[in-house]
Amino acid sequence: MEPVERIRVVLLACGSFNPITNMHLRMFELARDHLEDTGKYKVVQGIISPVGDGYKKKGLIEAHHRVQMARLATESSDWIRVNDWESLQSEWVETAKVVRHHHSTLLATQQNDDEVDTVKIGKRRRIEEPECVNENSSVSSTRKDTPQLKLLCGADVLESFGVPNLWKAEDIEEIVGHHGLVCITRGSSDAERFIQQSDVLWENRKNIFVTREWVTNDISATHVRRALRRGQSVRYLLPDAVLWYIQQRGLYSAESEKKNAGVMLAPLQRYSSTS
Amino acid sequence: MAARIPLVLLACGSFNPITNQHMRLFELARDHMHLTGQYQVVGGIISPVSDAYGKQGLVSAKHRVAMVKMALQSSDWVTVDDWESRQPDWTETVVTMRYHYGRVAKQYQPRMEALSSQPAKSALCAPQLKLLCGADFLDTFHVPGLWRDEDVEEVAGRFGLVCVTRGGQQPDQAVHESDVLSRHRSNIHLVREWVRNETSATEVRRALRRGLSVKYLLPDDVIDYIREHGLYTHNSELKNKGAKLRPLTKQGLLD
Repeated sequence: MEPVERIRVVLLACGSFNPITNMHLRMFELARDHLEDTGKYKVVQGIISPVGDGYKKKGLIEAHHRVQMARLATESSDWIRVNDWESLQSEWVETAKVVRHHHSTLLATQQNDDEVDTVKIGKRRRIEEPECVNENSSVSSTRKDTPQLKLLCGADVLESFGVPNLWKAEDIEEIVGHHGLVCITRGSSDAERFIQQSDVLWENRKNIFVTREWVTNDISATHVRRALRRGQSVRYLLPDAVLWYIQQRGLYSAESEKKNAGVMLAPLQRYSSTS
Repeated sequence: MAARIPLVLLACGSFNPITNQHMRLFELARDHMHLTGQYQVVGGIISPVSDAYGKQGLVSAKHRVAMVKMALQSSDWVTVDDWESRQPDWTETVVTMRYHYGRVAKQYQPRMEALSSQPAKSALCAPQLKLLCGADFLDTFHVPGLWRDEDVEEVAGRFGLVCVTRGGQQPDQAVHESDVLSRHRSNIHLVREWVRNETSATEVRRALRRGLSVKYLLPDDVIDYIREHGLYTHNSELKNKGAKLRPLTKQGLLD
């Protein structure tokens, strides 16, 4: 029995996924359990959005490989999927823009569904439920039945909000204020402290869900690449299908790790030149 | 090039249920032993403990063995062995090791005899069996009543240990603080795990009975098996509650 209708949520994870690991996939599972446990939300979809090559991160291999690996990794999931829109952009795209893009996609899908509804049940519903378009609304949906989009991230992203020139202040405001954040923290991280120390995060604290990960699963992609270069086993750290894909194509080597070495990260380049 | 010693790794434990972390231990240990340049890891064996062990929440060995088998389907070098799990009483780890060493040695004997008849190849090494364990295992040597001194001596001295340790753990201290272990420290291989991956079976059971997701912590097939058989519940966790571990009563070392 669910007395109140739950708010539907779509979780969006942005990042390099270079390569995707079991930890990335665990974050989705943890976030969904946490949100649904509040009794208020129903998580209907997870989206993985690998960053484009224009991000210029050291050792970042081609986006089409990273997208393909993420697709292989999510084959066994019935709710997480991969979207390649961000990865196809030639220039690096601000996370706020990626969020905006996916939010408008959700709205468009919703509108299509509504038109189908309208045909079925007539206009009665439209009159009874006026659209509550509110610019200052604290959540992203313009209608109560459009899913909310929340950005799924690790505590390091929360921390990165404080790094100079990495984020535009208004982007943080938009992401946290308008949409919301689900942040997975490991044992020792101080998510609460970051929120406390940032005015914009603190003001929107009700939109930030901090999920504690009790089973430490600190599989960083950096570690996986290092082990691969050194010929060490990474089995059971990422799905077998991803591992085979990497091995068949010889993806991570000392050579690939040199890519973008000494190049400034796209966001830093963009914002430091304007400031 | 000197011949490498063929090595089989044996992991004993509850495997209640098996997790990805258990399988990682094997991968880490194999890489480490190969890097020594002295060993060639030729196999891995998982030996789930018998129901008579008396540990709280231990589901039946039949299920635990079936789950390990499923998890190892994709491995080309680690296999499950149900000999220990089929024993009506709990078996001392050293006895299980002797049993497996007997099997390994038998497999190698014909090959060694064939090769030793050729004088030049006489350098072929006898196979070894080592116990694979996590760092917390070393601490069990200090638990009163759990181990017989002569068993520790045989496990560490005759066979040897490969022990995978995590970030904050200090396995060398556990070795240092035990006279037997420290005497055999050259036979105790410490493997450092750099990725913090603390998937304990206890946490997995806890999540399962609370209806939380355990996906990506153990193989999908194993999760399906647990669901189908309704294995880990509040009820199953009460099993053996308050009971003494069989090693404590069997060996009578506490009196």
